[in-house]
Amino acid sequence: MIIGKISRISGPVVNARGMEGIKIRDLVRVGELGLVGEVIEVKGDQISIQVYEETDGLRVGEPVKSDGKPFLAELGPGLLGMIYDGIQRPLEVIRDQTGAFIARGASGDPLHRGKRWHFVPTVKVGEPVAHGDVIGWVQETPAIRHKILVPEGVAGKIVKIKEGDYTVEEPVAELDTGQKIFMKQLWPIRRPRPIAQKITAGVPLITGQRIFDVFFPVTKGGSAIVPGPFGSGKTVTQQALAKWSDADIVVYIGCGERGNEMTEVLTEFPHLEDPRTGQPLMNRTVLIANTSNMPVAARETSIYTGITIAEYYRDMGYDVALMADSTSRWAEALREISGRLEEMPGEEGYPPYLASRIAEFYERAGRVICLGSDKRQGSVTVIGAVSPPGGDFSEPVTQNSLRIAGAFWGLDARLAYSRHFPAINWLTSYSLYLDALQDWYKREIGPDFIQMRQELLEILQKEDELKKIVQLVGRESLSEPDKLLLDIARTVRDDFLRQNAFHEVDAYCPLKKQYYMMQAILAFYKTCQGLLGKIPYEEILKLPGWEQLSKMRYVPNDQTESYFPGFIRELSAASMTKEVVA
Amino acid sequence: MSTPLYAKAHRTITEIKGPLVFLQNVSDVRYGERVTLVDSAGHRKSGQVLEVGEDLVVVQVFEGSDGLDKKGTAVFFSGDVVKLGLSEDMLGRVFDGSGNPRDGLGDVLPETERPITGSPLNPVCRQQPFEFIETGISAIDLMNTLVKGQKLPIFTGAGLPANRVAVQIARQVIRQSKEELIVVFAGMGITSREYSYFYKEFQDSGALANSVLFLNLADDPTIERILTPRLALTTAEYFAFDKGRDVLVILTDMLNYANALREISSAREEIPGRRGYPGYLYTDLATNYERAGIIKGQKGSVTQLPIVTMPNDDITHPVIDLTGYITEGQIILSRDLDRRGIYPPINPLPSLSRLMNLGIGKGKTREDHRQLQDQLYALYAQGKEIEKLTAIIGSAGLGTTERQILRFTERFEREFINQGEQPRTIQESLNLGWELLSEVSRSELRRVEDKYIDQYLPKKAAAAPS
Repeated sequence: MIIGKISRISGPVVNARGMEGIKIRDLVRVGELGLVGEVIEVKGDQISIQVYEETDGLRVGEPVKSDGKPFLAELGPGLLGMIYDGIQRPLEVIRDQTGAFIARGASGDPLHRGKRWHFVPTVKVGEPVAHGDVIGWVQETPAIRHKILVPEGVAGKIVKIKEGDYTVEEPVAELDTGQKIFMKQLWPIRRPRPIAQKITAGVPLITGQRIFDVFFPVTKGGSAIVPGPFGSGKTVTQQALAKWSDADIVVYIGCGERGNEMTEVLTEFPHLEDPRTGQPLMNRTVLIANTSNMPVAARETSIYTGITIAEYYRDMGYDVALMADSTSRWAEALREISGRLEEMPGEEGYPPYLASRIAEFYERAGRVICLGSDKRQGSVTVIGAVSPPGGDFSEPVTQNSLRIAGAFWGLDARLAYSRHFPAINWLTSYSLYLDALQDWYKREIGPDFIQMRQELLEILQKEDELKKIVQLVGRESLSEPDKLLLDIARTVRDDFLRQNAFHEVDAYCPLKKQYYMMQAILAFYKTCQGLLGKIPYEEILKLPGWEQLSKMRYVPNDQTESYFPGFIRELSAASMTKEVVA
Repeated sequence: MSTPLYAKAHRTITEIKGPLVFLQNVSDVRYGERVTLVDSAGHRKSGQVLEVGEDLVVVQVFEGSDGLDKKGTAVFFSGDVVKLGLSEDMLGRVFDGSGNPRDGLGDVLPETERPITGSPLNPVCRQQPFEFIETGISAIDLMNTLVKGQKLPIFTGAGLPANRVAVQIARQVIRQSKEELIVVFAGMGITSREYSYFYKEFQDSGALANSVLFLNLADDPTIERILTPRLALTTAEYFAFDKGRDVLVILTDMLNYANALREISSAREEIPGRRGYPGYLYTDLATNYERAGIIKGQKGSVTQLPIVTMPNDDITHPVIDLTGYITEGQIILSRDLDRRGIYPPINPLPSLSRLMNLGIGKGKTREDHRQLQDQLYALYAQGKEIEKLTAIIGSAGLGTTERQILRFTERFEREFINQGEQPRTIQESLNLGWELLSEVSRSELRRVEDKYIDQYLPKKAAAAPS
């Protein structure tokens, strides 16, 4: 135990003296209240500590203690469905200790100590195991088997392993080396969990959101950023992804954002069903909540706590999606602490190491072959919200994230003002994963999927050009094919890209339905093109197809196969033409 | 805030700079501790410890450092962080920006004391807001509904009637709630003209009896503004969570608050962020704005209506921008509407209430509310686009539909937004909304379901000829 004394207090940064032997990133307890902190600078016999709790009332000379270990996340069964703060204190336990308002010095075990889990071994006595091997599992939730992995530094032959009910602190297996394996494991959050190998990913994270799945998909194991000014729907987008994407596990980090938003997740998720398993969404979710008024240093940590938990489930062979809302608040926490350390600032006052920190974080995403003899695969997909000041994407956090992330989903204030949600700008957004995913889409959904996507994008691009002309000379001066293109583009925007996150059917759109919807729009476009010149344009606008297209997103998802093929046939040339001409 | 009877006087000031006083040879000082300074003429000022080191203490002086000197000034440390005495007797009272009575009625006998910084509300204890607050203003009630426990700022520009709107809302919500709801009003850097206006309005309407006012005037010490919103919010939390009342907090003007913060930051020679504001502006604003909400299983709520002036009408100004990121929507006043004599000049297009969905609908306002709002919004947005287009190419090229929408847009501004001081119930606002929809042909109503059209659209004009 290293014990020193406080020598200076300035907001969340506290200096201490007499801490010989302490290392950067070691965990310390500060003052008589034992506030949790982390060593971020060592200078002579002085150290700087970022304190994860409010420092009001601390005095110079109060003790600082450390046992010389870094901040460790606690991993094991019981994480799912939990809500933690940035330093993995369970908020429900803290409530029981300190009431509705969070008082300082509270603590609680991240994993329930008394709960017994039924452990089922998958290896036998005598088998050799090493780091990353699965030795058994417990049924953590009805849908998730929590695999128990051999931790780092442990290897040997199993001498004792038995099915039965264990707490997380009781050994479930013993090795010939004398080492014991527990369900609870510890991991330093700032160190990526090791893997055998990163591999390229060719499977999309299906989100049920048309703008993402069709236009700008992200792979399982990819990374995407969602930058946008306030009010453009970052949080609604992040929450929609947390609800509907087809990941096995979701880690949702509320990093420096609103308290009411976390409450919304907490209120809704237990009642919403995972569309694939029928289980409450909360059963696959881990929440990290460090709202904007909670201590800023813990906000900086929340990102690492979250991604460590995500990696842990990845290592079991699961597809994990991590949402971080918002990475800008994390960067601001870095800036705030850097300022208190009086470091030389880089761009806009951010520390010069901002870029490398952002890169390190996003690089923890990926599709991997896990350690362990069974060569199982898992993935972590990272989706980071960015809150650029004034909606200006040229600021450092957006730019540094852009360099790393594979998909860019740019939110647009103008779309939000016109209540087009999700307010993703289709002209500026992009996905670098499209090439890797082409084969998957062609194989799994339809051979013409990519082709149709391209056609829709071209319609929207052409619309953008035409709109400039219309602003100068008015719509009436356009040729009929151009008028038709504008009207079809409006259908693409309003009836395909717009998606109502609050509507019971439209909130989630299965991929096959997305495919049919594209087909329907293009079929109708073709029909109308065929009619140009044959009947007055006003008559074309009166075709029932326009209204039908505007309602198709509300067709119940389980009727997709029974409804759409007929609907598309109806929209296609022959029948409709005859009717109108007659 | 009183000083303790006995305390040691420290006369070890080494430097005085702006609002900051630096001392040495002081031991046992707490970070955030409340400080009293008495200058050689016997004037008393209050302050707070901003930084403590082994041989250095930095104190920010709320009333400013005028008149302080190195030798003659005695500094007393209270041994405790800054606290506010609270009591139900505060209702109907007016205090200055430091919490001292401004109305000449003497001190309030405190029932309890609380640190003014407050503590974060545990997210698992928050109750999701669910209850509609009727402000009587259609552009808010129907278009951007305020919900109990929400924080919804008003972004305004110099010369726009934000204060009038705020007072109107305060008066109206107190009346609508049958005096169940109370208002805590914090004015930071308001002019004496505004002061008389607020005081008179609160008194004349009888709202004062259900209000607590904290007023820091423009010529009061700047640094005091750091305290004012915290005092107001501590008071609000007391009434809400100790006494079970619904509290509406009006904070005006948060820009002045942020400027006071900037002043301290630059006196400390901190590295400035955007436009000279400190890097921790977001965190600091959040610790104020996040003090709104409802606690699960408890009565009472804190709703916030901060007013922030956009310098030069710039919505990307850091204080406005960060406020927008923290709060749950924004009400934006428009210079264009104001110029045309429309009051309240609320522009519904960039305005937004993020919690609206939680407070409206069947059993709360009315079943058609969401879709009607959507439809009015869409048509108004379309109308403004067409207006722009008309300005370029003239109205000759307009079709029937476009003309209808223009007519709708004009009535929407002249009748719906421009309601003056006369309050409307939500039912009246909804009915007026439908009445305006009858300006356009039914096929244009794409955002409302047929069943609502059949039920609510006035029949006579449903097929208005162009």
